[in-house]
Amino acid sequence: MSLTYYLQVVNLLAALLLLISFAMLSQRRIVGLITLFAWQGAALAASTAIVAGSTGQHHLYWSAGITLALKVIAMPWFFYRLVRKLDVDRDVEPMINIPTTMLIGIVLVIFAFNLALPISQMSGTVTRSTLGIAMATVLLAFLMMITRSKAIPQVIGFLAMENGLFFAATSATYGMPLVVEMGVALDVLVGVFVLGIFFFQIRETFDSLDLKHMEKLKER
Amino acid sequence: MEIYCLLGIPLTGGLFLALWGNRRNAPEINALFSLLTLLAAGVLTARIVASGPMLVGGEGWFFIDSFNVFLVALTAFVAFTTSLFSRPYMRIEQEHGRLSTQRLRLYHSSYQVFIAAMLLALTTNNMGILWVSMEAATLATVLLVSLYRTPASLEAAWKYFILCGVGIAQALFGTILLYFAAERVLGAGGSALLWTHLNGVKTHLEPTVLQLAFVFLLVGYGTKVGLAPLHNWLPDAHAEGPTPVSAVLSGLLLNVALYAVMRSKVLVDGALGNDLAGNLMMGFGLLSVVTAAFLIKRQTDVKRMFAYSSIEHMGLITFAFGMGGPIASFAGLLHMTMHSLTKSAIFFAVGHATQSAGTQLMDGIRGLIRTNPTLGWGLMLGSIAILGVPPFGVFASEFLIITTAMHEHAWATPFLLIALGVAFAAIFGRVQPMVFGETELPRLPHQPALTPVFLHLGLVLMLGLFIPPYLAMWYRQAAALLGG
Repeated sequence: MSLTYYLQVVNLLAALLLLISFAMLSQRRIVGLITLFAWQGAALAASTAIVAGSTGQHHLYWSAGITLALKVIAMPWFFYRLVRKLDVDRDVEPMINIPTTMLIGIVLVIFAFNLALPISQMSGTVTRSTLGIAMATVLLAFLMMITRSKAIPQVIGFLAMENGLFFAATSATYGMPLVVEMGVALDVLVGVFVLGIFFFQIRETFDSLDLKHMEKLKER
Repeated sequence: MEIYCLLGIPLTGGLFLALWGNRRNAPEINALFSLLTLLAAGVLTARIVASGPMLVGGEGWFFIDSFNVFLVALTAFVAFTTSLFSRPYMRIEQEHGRLSTQRLRLYHSSYQVFIAAMLLALTTNNMGILWVSMEAATLATVLLVSLYRTPASLEAAWKYFILCGVGIAQALFGTILLYFAAERVLGAGGSALLWTHLNGVKTHLEPTVLQLAFVFLLVGYGTKVGLAPLHNWLPDAHAEGPTPVSAVLSGLLLNVALYAVMRSKVLVDGALGNDLAGNLMMGFGLLSVVTAAFLIKRQTDVKRMFAYSSIEHMGLITFAFGMGGPIASFAGLLHMTMHSLTKSAIFFAVGHATQSAGTQLMDGIRGLIRTNPTLGWGLMLGSIAILGVPPFGVFASEFLIITTAMHEHAWATPFLLIALGVAFAAIFGRVQPMVFGETELPRLPHQPALTPVFLHLGLVLMLGLFIPPYLAMWYRQAAALLGG
């Protein structure tokens, strides 16, 4: 098959990634959020694998494999269990209402595309046009972290940001060197593990995972 | 070989204490591993001093030159003295019922892993691994900040995790951009992120990309340095965590984060050929000095106050490195050393003071000179030292920084002088009644660990009066590497 055909699939997956980011912004339930996060990981893994196959960058298969194992299988499973154990699957009230968040999101996407334009013109990779989408994903994840007051959505926002960064690395440079990617994956894994412990501590102390209880430390 | 010992010892220590950390002598084992790390660091330092910079392993995974070997030595030294301090301190905390044996095991194990992560960050040659180990250092300390499981400590740890996590994600993007620029010159693969390779071709790197990369790297690692306005996590994490953790966070982690910024700055300066990186650092540095100085005045919690003082001093160091040039870089390196030694000594003294008073509020701590004279003097001398009173070493480095600023950037001088003056008045005014005030508090029932306090202060005093020629030489070499 020709390269342009692959390219179109990658572009489609990139569009899907962006769409999922918006869906995450509008999702009210934590379980729904976790499912969307898993799908985002799947889109990322698939696009990485296709880039690997079509350009002959074989180390990207590793990267795709790590993403699949960690972000599509291990972490969503872990979060599902956590939600069930902690019994926190209720509606999440975002701090800004959803239509407004979406509008801010659109502005962010335009900003991201403008920011990525000069870099993607310089890039020599076939996937360079998706760099804007990668940056938009990072910014939307950031927005999600700001607008949510519950602990698990904030962490999922953080991980979605990591997804965006990985996608940026793939589309601008065909991925970081393998040893670095392994290291980053290890950090993310340890981070989620630490958070798991941490959630139980928060829950034990505050009897809830709502971060509104955690506003004591301020400059008066 | 030394380098593998240096990294292997604390890692083994972390594993060992994770598995067998319930033993009664775990604090001693912790100190022993720290001592071995210090010995390895000493051997490595001697080797670098004797034979100059070296590359170790494969394509050069580790790179040691005068700049990072001095930080390695400092890190290993303060890590060792902190482990000596934490031995009695954590025992007392345990007797007060604030900690269980299980949590102490977590503490000792994470402590060693944290030291290992910082040493890896300092010695690695790969900018990507530098990022990975910085993040690992954060993760190792998140559960330490929340060790007491009080609501405030959990909040502090959460803030620490999220803010530093987001910050460090910016640094990852900066690293990706750096790799993007490097790949076009050095070709794809692991060696394109090696600092020595990048340094060799820095003039050929694409300036626009590197400019953007540096902004992200500065904001990312700057969050960990505690530069204003990204400093929000720092006072909380320092105030709510156990005191030994505050000492190593303030004395070591901030330095390591600044080290990462400096490594990036050297590359960016080469690629851009202008002062953009330096100016950005001067701006952030000055803002931190001023912001922190005025916030110090408002604090009621003693550890929070000294945490803000750390922000102030890191700002000053960042400002000095931003100015560049041989004298300012020399002063910055000297100030890094002085601040690490002094601030950890202060936290040691403050730790025992809060233990004897049973509170961290400064209004509750009074008359240390009556109840525990040595402790009182330790806190007083430490505060005097950090405030830059001669003959302590902080005076020498601050004096150099300010005189250089007067010469090269006269506009910044009034800000610096006012900020230092405000900080002086605020801290001195607070510490004075804590040490000399009237008190009915009982004497600390335990023997406090004050050897590390006076050891650090003694070194600071010595370096203020006399810098041995080989040490001055060493600083000068390091300053030259920073583009001085």
